[in-house]
Amino acid sequence: MILDSKIPEGALGDKWTKHKFNVKLVNPANKRKYEVIVVGTGLAGASAAASLAELGYNVKAFCFHDSPRRAHSIAAQGGINAAKNYQNDGDSVYRLFYDTVKGGDYRAREANVFRLAEVSVKIIDQCVAQGVPFAREYGGLLANRSFGGAQVSRTFYARGQTGQQLLLGAYSALSRQVASGKVKMYPRTEMLDVIKVDGKARGIVTRNLITGAIESHSGHAVLLCTGGYGNVFFLSTNAMGSNATAAWRAHKKGALFANPCYTQIHPTCIPVSGDHQSKLTLMSESLRNDGRVWVPKTNALAEKVRKKELKPSEIAEKDRDYYLERKYPSFGNLVPRDVASRNAKEACDDGHGVNETGEAVFLDFRDAINRDGEDAIRAKYGNLFDMYAQITGDNPYQQPMMIYPAVHYTMGGLWVDYNLMTNVEGLYALGEANFSDHGANRLGASALMQGLADGYFVIPYTIGNYLAGLGLDKIPTDHPEFKKAEQEVKDRISKLLSIKGEKNVDFFHKALGKIMWNYCGMARNAEGLKKGKQMIAELRAEFWQNVRVVGKNEELNMSLEKANRVADFLELGELMIDDALAREESCGGHFREEHQTPEGEALRDDENFAFVAAWEYTGDNQPENLHKEELIFDNVKLTQRSYK
Amino acid sequence: MNLTLKIWRQKDANDKGGMQTYQVSDISKDMSFLEMLDVLNDQLEMKGEEGVHFDHDCREGICGSCSMFINGRPHGPKKAVTACQLHMRSFTDGETITIEPWRARAFPVVRDLVVDRGAFDRIIAAGGYVSVNTGGVPDANEIPIPKDIADEAFDAATCIACGACVAACKNASAMLFVGAKISQLALLPQGSVERKTRAEKMIAQMDAEGFGACTNTAACSAECPKEIPQSVIARMNREYFSAKASSKNV
Repeated sequence: MILDSKIPEGALGDKWTKHKFNVKLVNPANKRKYEVIVVGTGLAGASAAASLAELGYNVKAFCFHDSPRRAHSIAAQGGINAAKNYQNDGDSVYRLFYDTVKGGDYRAREANVFRLAEVSVKIIDQCVAQGVPFAREYGGLLANRSFGGAQVSRTFYARGQTGQQLLLGAYSALSRQVASGKVKMYPRTEMLDVIKVDGKARGIVTRNLITGAIESHSGHAVLLCTGGYGNVFFLSTNAMGSNATAAWRAHKKGALFANPCYTQIHPTCIPVSGDHQSKLTLMSESLRNDGRVWVPKTNALAEKVRKKELKPSEIAEKDRDYYLERKYPSFGNLVPRDVASRNAKEACDDGHGVNETGEAVFLDFRDAINRDGEDAIRAKYGNLFDMYAQITGDNPYQQPMMIYPAVHYTMGGLWVDYNLMTNVEGLYALGEANFSDHGANRLGASALMQGLADGYFVIPYTIGNYLAGLGLDKIPTDHPEFKKAEQEVKDRISKLLSIKGEKNVDFFHKALGKIMWNYCGMARNAEGLKKGKQMIAELRAEFWQNVRVVGKNEELNMSLEKANRVADFLELGELMIDDALAREESCGGHFREEHQTPEGEALRDDENFAFVAAWEYTGDNQPENLHKEELIFDNVKLTQRSYK
Repeated sequence: MNLTLKIWRQKDANDKGGMQTYQVSDISKDMSFLEMLDVLNDQLEMKGEEGVHFDHDCREGICGSCSMFINGRPHGPKKAVTACQLHMRSFTDGETITIEPWRARAFPVVRDLVVDRGAFDRIIAAGGYVSVNTGGVPDANEIPIPKDIADEAFDAATCIACGACVAACKNASAMLFVGAKISQLALLPQGSVERKTRAEKMIAQMDAEGFGACTNTAACSAECPKEIPQSVIARMNREYFSAKASSKNV
């Protein structure tokens, strides 16, 4: 198989403009004869569904939530990047492109990233026109702030609720199309398979989550906008329902899965408090603008803090190690996420951890409060401080916050070409569900940017090129391929319900999460990965013999929903480990202990690993085939990332 | 902590439903309320019974999924938090906790604590947007908005559509929800073009869904996890009267 990324010819800055001119157009009278299926209604899905409907296509949109407005994009806090250079501080499309490629540790496609930076400016215009209430200055113009991994202020924000406001903007555009009849919305409906006819994606199988009805839907193209797979770790900042099922089923139908080992561990989350924990809560990275990260200099002092014999505020300045400021004087507390996370782990591994479990560091606002006053800090971060107080019972205005890294985002995803199409014709992946723009590490405030770029400004152009060549024929849902796919889904559900084992679904999910965190988490090595792989294989075998799924199919059954998702995580987890094993280098969020510089920084191997690892499914319990897409850097010089 | 739970169980929309009593033990004060329910559901599943169904997703208080009456109050006893952000340290050992779904004709029960809030989506679809297509919009900074106006619009825009306002109201009125969206868009220049038709259409849809009229008791704002103020209802009424006074749809 040859992976053709379909990157247009020409200079970096001209590629997208030329491509938009070269793609085929669908005439307005024909657009209304096409049906596009959009799965997922977060930023990518809602923006795509609305924009395609505005163009005249008929859209069927699906989400498993009770309303499209509840997708997990809503929880993004900090902001959205755009190369507006409103602050006159030297930003440009090229700088955003450069920062993103560098931040991704040189494992992303230049052309995709440049396009992302290029359309970023239009996203802000679009959102403002929709009535998204971004933060403003007293003069009435938009405010910006800086964010990890950047030295310019290019992040637009709406207090700590940027994702919510952007999603509600996209949801309002979607709702307008629902009212116009161009989008048919299917809430509480989960996609359980992709249907291929003659090698092309032509429909999906869904389960109505209220009635259990298994149905199929036919369309001319299928867009998966279903988010990332961070919940493979059980504990993550993802929502409880976030899952990889749509992407994984597509993978099993032939779509390649790219760079599955690239997971982002976010440095500023509230530490785990006990075994009951169901999810982790992120504290926006924007806190690192004013908060200073530190641990006690000595293990003895840290021990006293852990035993609550000493309050952190009682520790003298000379006994504190502001390790990020010490090691990275030019970026300080604003180093990219992977660097911040790894350093927190290192501090705790060395015995400097500050909570009962020894897995937490301080994020301290004392100096910022002394400098700007408590009111100024409250105005900036009030809702985050309140949330922290609510969850932990501690007051962060008086004592430093305690934070620890947690799984947050997955850079890997379905392999797509420049048009966002997977290697399966007619099957697209947008937003976090694809792999394309963030390389091995995503910069803060870039997920919202990518989701909306894909949905508002990329897919409306690229999908026409495919549809124009496809023809208008519709495939009826009584076609044998549809019936076959429906039957497979029904069989699998019957199998899950028939096992009636001894352990419930959460047991397996938690066990999988522990394996992934311990052996394929912030730091990985060959021995651990091999052990983890073996453990997952055993756990998966046990799952299919001993899982207990209560209730029946023909009802709202959350136990069955979870079982379907966890069964897929149990396969995906193993592929993540295979990918982590195959990538004999460290880059971005993927840190192999065998490959580090003498100072403990990630050591890339550009000669042998400057490629996208795209995995092909070959059958149940069979090793997957690795395909490589070489990454070519014509514009950015590959260097050891330095934030010193 | 050991607790007694009285929970509304209802198999589906057609079932009559009723309260059931359960015991949970060894609950940590650091657990969230929903994690406590996870413990109960683990117990039930290990006994071969189906767990209590409740909507939940982000567990960070922002998606608006969770929706339950706890001891007679939407989202429980604490001010300005959703059920998912409520922690067990707000309860005492040995306490009996009553848990019920939202009760409103416009929010029919789907199962146990899960209700159908599709009415909210239909109200937004009636006009809760600015009619702009993707592309072809002015540069973001060509629309300056005074900071105080932007902040007020933001306060209204923080609504998470959980439905606590409806559940708290004796009349099951949705005016806080509708007023929040109407206010956000009426305050901003982008939304002012369509302000009249928006107010008319959204309110007509609100009435068609079977939500009641405002009681003026302000229970909605008091229970709103995002503390949406009463002023959005006043603004909605003003928008509505102003629209009706010059409406083409008399």
